[in-house]
Amino acid sequence: MSVRVFVPADAAALAVGADQVCDILSAEASQSGLPIEIVRTGSRGMFELETLVEVETPAGRVGYGPIYPDEARDLAHSGLFEAKSHPKCVGPVETLPFLRRQMRLTFARCGVIDPQSLDAYRNAGGLAGLEKALSLTPEQIVEEITRSGLRGRGGAGFPAGIKWDTVRRAQADRKYVVCNADEGDSGTFADRMLLEGDPFLLIEGMVIAGLAVGAAKGFIYIRSEYPHAIRAFSRAVATARNAGLLGPTAGGGLPAFDIELRVGAGAYVCGEETAMLESLEGKRGQVRAKPPLPAHAGLFGRPTLINNVLTLAAAPLILANGAEAYAAHGHGRSRGTMPIQLAGDIRNGGLFEAPFGLDLNTLVYDIGGGTLSGRPVRAVQVGGPLGAYFPPSLFDTHFDYEAFAARDGLIGHGGIVVFNDTVDLAAQARFAMEFCAIESCGKCTPCRLGSVRGIETIDRIIAGERSSLAVLEDLCETMRLGSLCALGGLTPYPVMSAVTHFPQDFEPRGEALAPPK
Amino acid sequence: MSASLPQIPWNADHAAALVARCVALEGPLLPALHVIQATFGCVPDEAVPIIAQVLNLSRADVHGVLTFYHDFRRVPAGRRILKFCAAEACQARGSADAIAQVERALGLKVGETRSDGAVTLEAVYCLGLCASGPAALLDGDPFARLKGARLDHLLTQVLP
Repeated sequence: MSVRVFVPADAAALAVGADQVCDILSAEASQSGLPIEIVRTGSRGMFELETLVEVETPAGRVGYGPIYPDEARDLAHSGLFEAKSHPKCVGPVETLPFLRRQMRLTFARCGVIDPQSLDAYRNAGGLAGLEKALSLTPEQIVEEITRSGLRGRGGAGFPAGIKWDTVRRAQADRKYVVCNADEGDSGTFADRMLLEGDPFLLIEGMVIAGLAVGAAKGFIYIRSEYPHAIRAFSRAVATARNAGLLGPTAGGGLPAFDIELRVGAGAYVCGEETAMLESLEGKRGQVRAKPPLPAHAGLFGRPTLINNVLTLAAAPLILANGAEAYAAHGHGRSRGTMPIQLAGDIRNGGLFEAPFGLDLNTLVYDIGGGTLSGRPVRAVQVGGPLGAYFPPSLFDTHFDYEAFAARDGLIGHGGIVVFNDTVDLAAQARFAMEFCAIESCGKCTPCRLGSVRGIETIDRIIAGERSSLAVLEDLCETMRLGSLCALGGLTPYPVMSAVTHFPQDFEPRGEALAPPK
Repeated sequence: MSASLPQIPWNADHAAALVARCVALEGPLLPALHVIQATFGCVPDEAVPIIAQVLNLSRADVHGVLTFYHDFRRVPAGRRILKFCAAEACQARGSADAIAQVERALGLKVGETRSDGAVTLEAVYCLGLCASGPAALLDGDPFARLKGARLDHLLTQVLP
């Protein structure tokens, strides 16, 4: 019997040489006449261990990492295929604390199975949610989603059931499901990992959504910065079509539902749902004023269900295991699990799926292991470029939509970026304004002009003009209340949190002033 | 998308045929612009009236969309395209120093193409490699932990 070896094909592994590692292992095995089978998986989400090579043993999968290409030959000769001990051996992978402490619902299969094999997906529990959905009426499906307490994972946290029901009730000649995979927030990569590591879960979720709201056509909008996710997902869509899971006509008891993949073109604002609809329609990615809600008049004016990758990917689990099982996890009004992404200067960076409710201390120090550089943590930015900077004194905040909102922050898409004591928060605040200026769609004035004025104002503050702090605060208030969408509306979060929690960084810069700690 | 596709010289008939294949799509303009750029390396000014005619749009519509999105280029890039992440998570892992080193080594600034056409250096805002930064895409292939020897090695691949 051949030895089964698992090597991730996730972009985070490819970026550190996983393909070369694979080639070397395969060449070494064939040279020594050892039959091996290499399975390309997604990533387990432990990025510091990539490339994490695993070998199957009767006692489970044993891991070795991080393995760089120049170490692969030695690893093969040191008894990798017999799962022998090695300085890079991390032991049985499933017993690693980082994995053991998680509750992997959405990411249960990611890093474990061959993500391009529909059979492997089915054998690992896939399609059970769709099977259940087919036995229910659309109303009952929506009811399950509502009772699960699922909220939109893209950032806004809007109750998914209400959105699904609004589209279900809308009357039109056709409706659409749109999956938002324009994961532009720095510090987030959960959508990318799922697209590459378990694409059939998302396909299943989209089919269920189509069934629930009465749509026969789904679009997925993936950002161009994710070329590997685009390839992986389009392969999976083709496989699903060949298997009769997707297609323009009904078959095998399945409703007619097809998915078309669209690639973004580098505009961050297209992650905003109405800008995404414009982009899908072939226009400039400019935000639409609401109402009408996309649920009433969305893509091409038709009722449209827009959900993030992780929201749609949660639907199969909710249907398969029941709404109560999902709602049993969580904290306050944030139910279920959240794939939290630990990023930046952090020792154990990667994806950590857990029920809502962990506090930042636990996430950053206990699970994350503090900084990779060994320097003290000075700040975290939670929720991407529009999220607030929190100092360690706020690390008792629980990971929960309301708990973050109560402290003028947001959890967004679940990314936590850790900064060490060399970070300059005035520079980060300036960057937030600069990013807003680069990415503004230009439709509303507070965002288009406010961001540029913001850069200038922060420059004046740093140059010693203290009175400009009041101007900055006023400007942020205008952007927050007057912008059409979250880009202009939330850019004040990183800016004002930096001013509030790190005022010393906004002191005038001079010879006499010590550099920011 | 990946710039490592073989690129061919501009040909109006070929361009019109490529755009015609997009006509049946709902909202065909972005796919059309992508295919033109993937084929010819950019969307030259000559392409605008062709796209407009085939898709029954005004030239202003096409121009407006073409110039809105960061990805579309109206002149060809260098032979290699290095997109370096400049977003927060990579900043927290030292991308500013890495980018400065890249600029020195390649003799250009972010946003520029070398005068010999060897390489274009661009900033990109997040590649989803946020726990492995500094990160970059070279012709669509991902590279991470770009510090020290790993960054030096990448630079020798860019400019042998």
